[in-house]
Amino acid sequence: MKKTLVTEYQSLPERVGQVFRVDGVEIVLFRLSNGEVRAIENRSPHPKGGTLSEGLVSGEFVYCPVYDLKISLTDGKVQAPDEGQVKIFSVERDNDQVFIVK
Amino acid sequence: MSKKKLVMIGNGMAGVRTIEDMLKIAPEAFEITIFGNEPHPNYNRIQLSTVLQGDTTVEDIIMNSWEWYRDHDIQLFTNEAIVKIDSEAKQVISDKGRKVEYDELIIATGSSSFILPIPGADKKGVTGFRDIQDCEMMIKTAKEYKRAAVIGGGLLGLEAARGLLNLGMEVDVIHLMPHLMERQLDPTASNMLKEELEAQGMNFIMEKQTTEILGDERVTGLRFSDGKEIAADLVVMAVGIRPNVQVASESGIYVNRGIVVDDYMQTSMPNVYAVGECAEHREMVYGLVAPLYEQGKVLATKLCGVETKPYEGSIVGTGLKVSGVDLFSAGEINDDPKTKSIKVHNEFDGVYKKVIIRDNKISGIVLYGDTKDSSRLFRMLLKKEDVSGMTSVSILESGCCGGGESSDVATMAADEIVCGCNGVTKGTIVEAIQTKDLTSVEEVGSCTNAGRSCGRCKSLISDILAHALGDKYDVAAKKTALCGCTTLSRDEVVAEIKQKGLTSVKEVMNVLGWKQEEGCTKCRPALNYYLGMILQDQYKDDRDSRLVNEKMHANIQKDGTYSVIPRMYGGVTSAQDLKKIAEVAEKYDVPLVKLTGGQRIGLYGVSKEDLPSVWEDLGMQSGYAYGKTLRTVKTCVGAKFCRYGTQDSMGLGIELEKKFERLDTPHKVKMGVSACPRNCAESGIKDFGVVGIDGGWELYVAGNGGTDLRAGDLFATVKTKDEVIELIGAFLQYYRENANYLERTSTWVERVGLDHVKEVLADEQTRKALNDRLDKTLEKYNEPWSETIENKEIKDKYYQKRDVPVLV
Ligand code: SRM
Ligand SMILES: Cc1cc2nc3c(=O)[nH]c(=O)nc-3n(C[C@H](O)[C@H](O)[C@H](O)COP(=O)(O)OP(=O)(O)OC[C@H]3O[C@@H](n4cnc5c(N)ncnc54)[C@H](O)[C@@H]3O)c2cc1C
Ligand code: SF4
Ligand code: FES
Repeated sequence: MKKTLVTEYQSLPERVGQVFRVDGVEIVLFRLSNGEVRAIENRSPHPKGGTLSEGLVSGEFVYCPVYDLKISLTDGKVQAPDEGQVKIFSVERDNDQVFIVK
Repeated sequence: MSKKKLVMIGNGMAGVRTIEDMLKIAPEAFEITIFGNEPHPNYNRIQLSTVLQGDTTVEDIIMNSWEWYRDHDIQLFTNEAIVKIDSEAKQVISDKGRKVEYDELIIATGSSSFILPIPGADKKGVTGFRDIQDCEMMIKTAKEYKRAAVIGGGLLGLEAARGLLNLGMEVDVIHLMPHLMERQLDPTASNMLKEELEAQGMNFIMEKQTTEILGDERVTGLRFSDGKEIAADLVVMAVGIRPNVQVASESGIYVNRGIVVDDYMQTSMPNVYAVGECAEHREMVYGLVAPLYEQGKVLATKLCGVETKPYEGSIVGTGLKVSGVDLFSAGEINDDPKTKSIKVHNEFDGVYKKVIIRDNKISGIVLYGDTKDSSRLFRMLLKKEDVSGMTSVSILESGCCGGGESSDVATMAADEIVCGCNGVTKGTIVEAIQTKDLTSVEEVGSCTNAGRSCGRCKSLISDILAHALGDKYDVAAKKTALCGCTTLSRDEVVAEIKQKGLTSVKEVMNVLGWKQEEGCTKCRPALNYYLGMILQDQYKDDRDSRLVNEKMHANIQKDGTYSVIPRMYGGVTSAQDLKKIAEVAEKYDVPLVKLTGGQRIGLYGVSKEDLPSVWEDLGMQSGYAYGKTLRTVKTCVGAKFCRYGTQDSMGLGIELEKKFERLDTPHKVKMGVSACPRNCAESGIKDFGVVGIDGGWELYVAGNGGTDLRAGDLFATVKTKDEVIELIGAFLQYYRENANYLERTSTWVERVGLDHVKEVLADEQTRKALNDRLDKTLEKYNEPWSETIENKEIKDKYYQKRDVPVLV
C-alpha cells in the first residue's frame, strides 16, 4: 500500500477530469457533483485506446470521449451493451489534501 | 364579363375564411378588397394565448401571409377602418377618406373586449385580451411590473392568467361568481379546475365585484364592492366580448346585440352580409370559430351563386388551452328533474365525467381530466342519437380511469369529428390522405383546414396519418424521445423550455424530471444547443455539456492528441501566414502538416498541453474544424483571375465566412462559392452553395458530400450578393430554430420539404425577423483560442497535465 499526495481538493474543478502523471501512469481525477473525488487510469478500454480525461461526466459515470462508452467511476466497469474495465484507484482525503492509494 | 366587386370590412378569422372558401368555389368571380384596422395580415387569434404563454411568436400565428393576398389579387388595406357604409352609392368610406365601391359587401368586424364601465378603467395598465397589441402590452408590462389582476374567470381570463404566470407575474383572478367557467362546467368540474390552477400558482378571489380601478395615471390596485382592495400593476379585463356593430348600426343596418342576419347571413340592407362574431343569427352571437366557419361556408357558397343549405345555428363544444388541464364541455351542464345523467368521479386520478341525457338523447357533456370520449360523445349529441338501448359503460367507453381504447383511430367512425374548430371528420381526412398523397399534419391542414385553428386536434390527425399510411408515415415526424433520459421529444423539450422559461441545462433536466439526473452524451449537448438557440444572446454556454472536440476547440485523435486547423477565410492565405504555420510546425515538431478537404492547412498530432501555446504562436483564429457550426466556405478564384469567372467568388466567400463563423448550428454547416457553373468550389454539395452567373447568383441549399451524398436544390436566383447573404441568413436561422440537434440541412430539408421552407421564407417580414434573431445571436461569440490564451482559469481547467513528484 502506497499513499501518494496528488493535489489539493480546491484545485479540482467539478466534472472536468484532471490528469496527473504518477510513476509514469496517467491518472485522471474527477470531482463529482456530490463533492466526491474518483480516480481512474487515463486510458479508454476500447481496443483502439484513447484517453478518458475529456469525457462528459454524469453522476457517477464518465462517457469515453472517443468511443462514447459509458464507464462507472465507482468500479471502472463499462456499462452494457458495451463491455470492458478501466483501472480505478482508491482516493483518500485529508481536509484539502487528496491522496491516491495503490 | 367584368368581375363583381366584393368588399369586406374586417380582416379576421371568420371573414378571411369566407374569402378562402369563395376562392375555392369560384376563384375568378370577384375583384376583392379587404379593410382591416389592425396592422397585420390575418392571424390566428386563438393562438394569442400561446403567444402570451411564450410558446410562439407573432410570426408563427400568421395564417395568411402578405403573399397570399398578393397571389390572389386581393387588395388589402391594413391599419384602416371603415367608418361608414353608403348604401345609396354602394360604397364604403374609410377613416382615411378612401371610398371603395362594392357590388357585394361582407361585414366581418368581429368583437372587442368588453371593458367594465367603472371609474379608472381608462388608466394606464388596463387592457382587454383580444389582439396582438394587447399581448405585446402585457409582455412589455411583465418585464417592468410584478402584480397582475385578471378580472373574469372564464375561458379567456384563465388563459390570460396562465400566460401572465409564464411571464413571471404574480396573478390574482377575480371572479364574480362562486365557480370558474360556470357556463361550461358544473360545480364539481369547476372545483377540480380551480385546484389544478391554484397548484400552478394562480390566486383566486371569488364572488367579488370590482367597482373601481385605483391609481393616478397608472393603475395601482382594485377596489371591490365590499370595500376591500388589492394591489395590481396590470389589470386584464376578460369579462366578455362585445360585437363590433357600430359601423353597421350607424349606416342604418338593423342591429340587436349583433348585426342581425338571416339563414344566408344577409343583413337588413341589400347586398350586405355579416359573418363571424359581429353577426347575430336566430338570437345567437357565437364566440368560437367552429360555428363562424360554418356561417362562412354558407355565405361563400351563396355569394358564388351555388345552391346551399341554409345555416341553422350550431351547438358548440369548448375546451381550455392551458397546459395540465384537459377539459371538454358542450351543451347543457346542469341536471334538472327531466334529465338523467351518467357521472363518474375518480378523485384519485383527477378524472370527472358527466353525460346528461334528456329524452333518451345526450344533451350535455362535461369531461375533466380525460377527454378521450369527447369527439364521439359530441357527435352523438349533434346527431341526437337515441341512447336508450345503450348501457352506461358503452356510452362512456373509456370508463373511469382512462383505460379504454375509444380514441383508437382504427375504431373511430368515418363521420366522427376530428377537428371541432373546422368541422372536419375522420372520413374527410382519410380521403384527403389517400387521394392527395398527404404525409404530414401540415399538409392535412392545408387541404382540409383540420388543425388550423386551436391546434388541439393535431395529435389525433397525426395518429390518423400513422394509421392510414402504416410504415410509410414519416417515422421522424412521430414522437421520438430525445434520449434514454427522458420520454419527451425534441419539440416537447423546446416547448417546455420556452413555456417554463428554463435557462440552464441543469434546470431543464431537473424540472422536466430526467431519469439520469445529469444527463448523457446525447441530451446534454442537444439541450445546450436548444437553450442557446432559444435564449439567443442571453444564454451562458455550458462548456462541460459539450463533447470533447467542442469542449477542447480542437479535434481529438485516436491517440489523445489533437489537430489544429486555423481559419483561412475562403481558402485564401498569404506568404506571411504560411511562414507562421511552418514555424509553428517546426517548433512543436508537429507530426503531420496536411491540406484539408476544406481548403486550408491542418496541423495534426499536437498534444493537449501544447494547444494554448500553439494557438498563441500562430496568432490566428480557430477554424472550427471540430464544431457544430460553420466549417469552411470554399471558393474558386473567380472573376479576379479566371477567364470564365462572372463574379467575385472569393470576396463573397470571405464575407460569408466572416459573418457566420462561430454560430452554433444543429450540425456542421459548409458553404461553397463558385464564380461560374463549372463549379470548381463544389457548390452543388454544400449546405449552402452559391454559383455566380452573368448578372447574378444562384443559391443551392441542402447539398451534402458526406455519408448521404445529396446534390443541393436550387433555392433562388438573385441579382446581388446582399440578397444571397440575406437569404442564407434567414434559411440558416430557420434551420437553427426547427431542425433536430445533429440533423444536417440535407436530412432536415428531406424531412420538412423544400417547398415548405420556400413558402416560409417567401415572406419578407419573416426573413427579416429571422435575420434579426440571427444577428442578435451572433453578437455573443468570442474567439475561443484567444480567450484560452488570455484566461489562466480556462488553461488550467482544460489544458494541463500535472506531474506528481513521487517521494522515494
Ligand atoms: C480534417 C478533414 C480531413 C482532411 O484532412 O482533409 C476532416 C476530418 C474529419 N472529419 Fe470530415 N474532414 C474534412 C472534410 C470533410 C469533407 C469535405 C468538405 O468539407 O468539403 C466532408 C464531406 C462534405 C460534407 O460534410 O458534406 C466531410 C465529411 C465528414 C463527415 C460526414 C458528415 C455527414 O453529414 O455525412 C463526418 C462525420 C460527422 O460529422 O458526423 C466527418 C468527421 C470528421 C472528423 C471530425 C471525425 C471526428 O469526429 O473525429 C475528422 C477529424 C480528423 C482529425 O483527426 O482531426 N467528416 N469531412 C477535413 C477538414 C476540412 C476543414 O478544413 O475543416
Ligand atoms: C385569446 C383568445 C383565445 C381564443 N381561443 C379560442 C379557442 O380556443 N377556440 C375558439 O374557437 N375560439 C377562440 N377564440 C375566439 C376566436 O378567436 C374568435 O371567435 C374569432 O377570431 C372571430 O373571428 P371574426 O372574424 O369574427 O373576428 P376577428 O378575428 O376579431 O376579426 C375581426 C377583425 O375586424 C377588424 N375590424 C373591426 N372593425 C373594423 C372596421 N370598422 N374596419 C376595419 N376593420 C375592422 C378587427 O380589428 C379585427 O381584426 C379566442 C379568442 C381570443 C381573443
Ligand atoms: S468555377 Fe468557373 S470561375 Fe470559378 S474557377 Fe472554376 S471555371 Fe473559373
Ligand atoms: S379542433 Fe381546433 S383546430 Fe382542430
